[in-house]
Amino acid sequence: MISANLSAIFYLISGILFILALRGLSSPDTSRQGNYFGIIGMVIAIVVTFLSIGNFSTSIIYVFLLLIVGGAVGSFIAFRIPMTAMPELVAGFHSLVGLAAVFVAIAAFLNPSAFNLGSIGDIKLASLIEMSIGAAVGAITFSGSIIAFLKLRGIMSGAPITFVGQHYLNLILGITIFILIFYLCKFQSESFFWTVIAISFLVGVLLIIPIGGADMPVVISMLNSYSGWAAAGIGFTLENTALIITGALVGSSGAILSYIMCKAMNRSFISVILGGFGADNSSSDTKDKKDQKPVKSGNAEDAAFLMKNASSVIIVPGYGMAVAQAQHALREMVDKLKKNDIKVTYAIHPVAGRMPGHMNVLLAEANVPYDEVFELEDINNDFANSDVAFVIGANDVTNPVAKTDPKSPIFGMPVLDVEKCKSVLFVKRSLSPGYAGIDNELFYRDNTLMLFADAKKMTEDIVKNLD
Amino acid sequence: MEIDPFIFRLSIFILSIFIGYYVVWSVTPSLHTPLMSVTNAISSVIIVGAIIAALAGSSNNIFDTSSIFGYLAIILAAVNIFGGFLVTQRMLQMYKKKKNNKK
Repeated sequence: MISANLSAIFYLISGILFILALRGLSSPDTSRQGNYFGIIGMVIAIVVTFLSIGNFSTSIIYVFLLLIVGGAVGSFIAFRIPMTAMPELVAGFHSLVGLAAVFVAIAAFLNPSAFNLGSIGDIKLASLIEMSIGAAVGAITFSGSIIAFLKLRGIMSGAPITFVGQHYLNLILGITIFILIFYLCKFQSESFFWTVIAISFLVGVLLIIPIGGADMPVVISMLNSYSGWAAAGIGFTLENTALIITGALVGSSGAILSYIMCKAMNRSFISVILGGFGADNSSSDTKDKKDQKPVKSGNAEDAAFLMKNASSVIIVPGYGMAVAQAQHALREMVDKLKKNDIKVTYAIHPVAGRMPGHMNVLLAEANVPYDEVFELEDINNDFANSDVAFVIGANDVTNPVAKTDPKSPIFGMPVLDVEKCKSVLFVKRSLSPGYAGIDNELFYRDNTLMLFADAKKMTEDIVKNLD
Repeated sequence: MEIDPFIFRLSIFILSIFIGYYVVWSVTPSLHTPLMSVTNAISSVIIVGAIIAALAGSSNNIFDTSSIFGYLAIILAAVNIFGGFLVTQRMLQMYKKKKNNKK
């Protein structure tokens, strides 16, 4: 058994290793090393916990057994999961962290003496507040992530679910949680504790159902942040530095990502949370417009011809590429183009896909070198000097309306200046408007050629025609 | 008067938020997905609390309610730790530069 002071120092060390793990992600070169720091930090934290307990009962056998079982399940998932399913996986993992926080809080509430928090019915006030906040945030993270998971997986419709008085209900439930925590501290009654957790589960569900599919990048980041705050709450309860540091890191990381995502959509965090975007209004008048404007459409042969004669091509991938699993075919196409000495780069909008960095991972999976992939602000000026923009599975993020029409719901959102290219190839299944429910003006431009097909099939056909 | 240890923990917490803020802003946007999976893995350090809870039961009653919640939390956190770090590793292996990539 090691002393409390010594174990506190080790927990501090593992906290520092976690900071270094995130620091490593500043560049792909250092990122792998960063991940090892994270693993070492975790091993230290777990080993120190065992050493600090000292007197082992037979239960240690079960602890190891469960560690192995959980570890095996986790490893299995990690190796088997396709990269296109990363958003669901991350949402699923968030729910586990949330639920684990709830369970630890319950365990601490039922057996406070094991954590030096006082005795049943007489738990220290500060600890009680900390554990109920940890449990509440954990419960919200759990049920919210489950809903996010179901929406991302397509089990539940991505359409926003809204009803009258929704926000007031959430507000009332939120206030109720605080009142219950207050009474819990006053009377130390178990039933208040359970009610807090139950209501928090409900709040998690209500918070996520009104948020639509394409706002998922914000939701996932937000839940990431919540899982951090839940961990920090538990960290205060357990007086554990590693948990407090980690909770703060994860909490701020998720908050920053949410901010970046909101900014990329030119929407306030509040409006995303209130949800319901793209559910109504503009869809009706887009239908009328569609019949009036002529659209040029082409086939794989035309596309191949255009690209062969270009000297520079910019690829703009979006969620549609992920759905169609077109990244490998795309890479093949780009290889062929490069053989013809055509310069090819990739332009990625921050909210392309269903989670931050989603497109980058898919392209990396298809062996696209990361130094050919550029972010919005780094590449936007290049469109004017390029011959062809190949838009595959993206839509709203290329819509010039965001720059021109103040009435448009996406006005002010930073978009890729695709229309400045000499010609635009737009792979899409149909003319239907994107998630925001607005027509893309780009479809009707003179320099746009629409390629109506499944992204993967079209790309494969273009590859054939490039020979 | 002595300072409550809570204040020290609060200080660590607040300072860590600042560290998190600066460190996360320096993360390159192309690695935002691995960032999420790795933060997910490290927040599972909550397993520390789960282990304490699970081992707290006395020898003749290792399955009291509190310990059972501890055991359950261990499984959840272990899935996350292994899953999170391994999937991050798998993703990071895929990020390659141009020169290493020519066959």
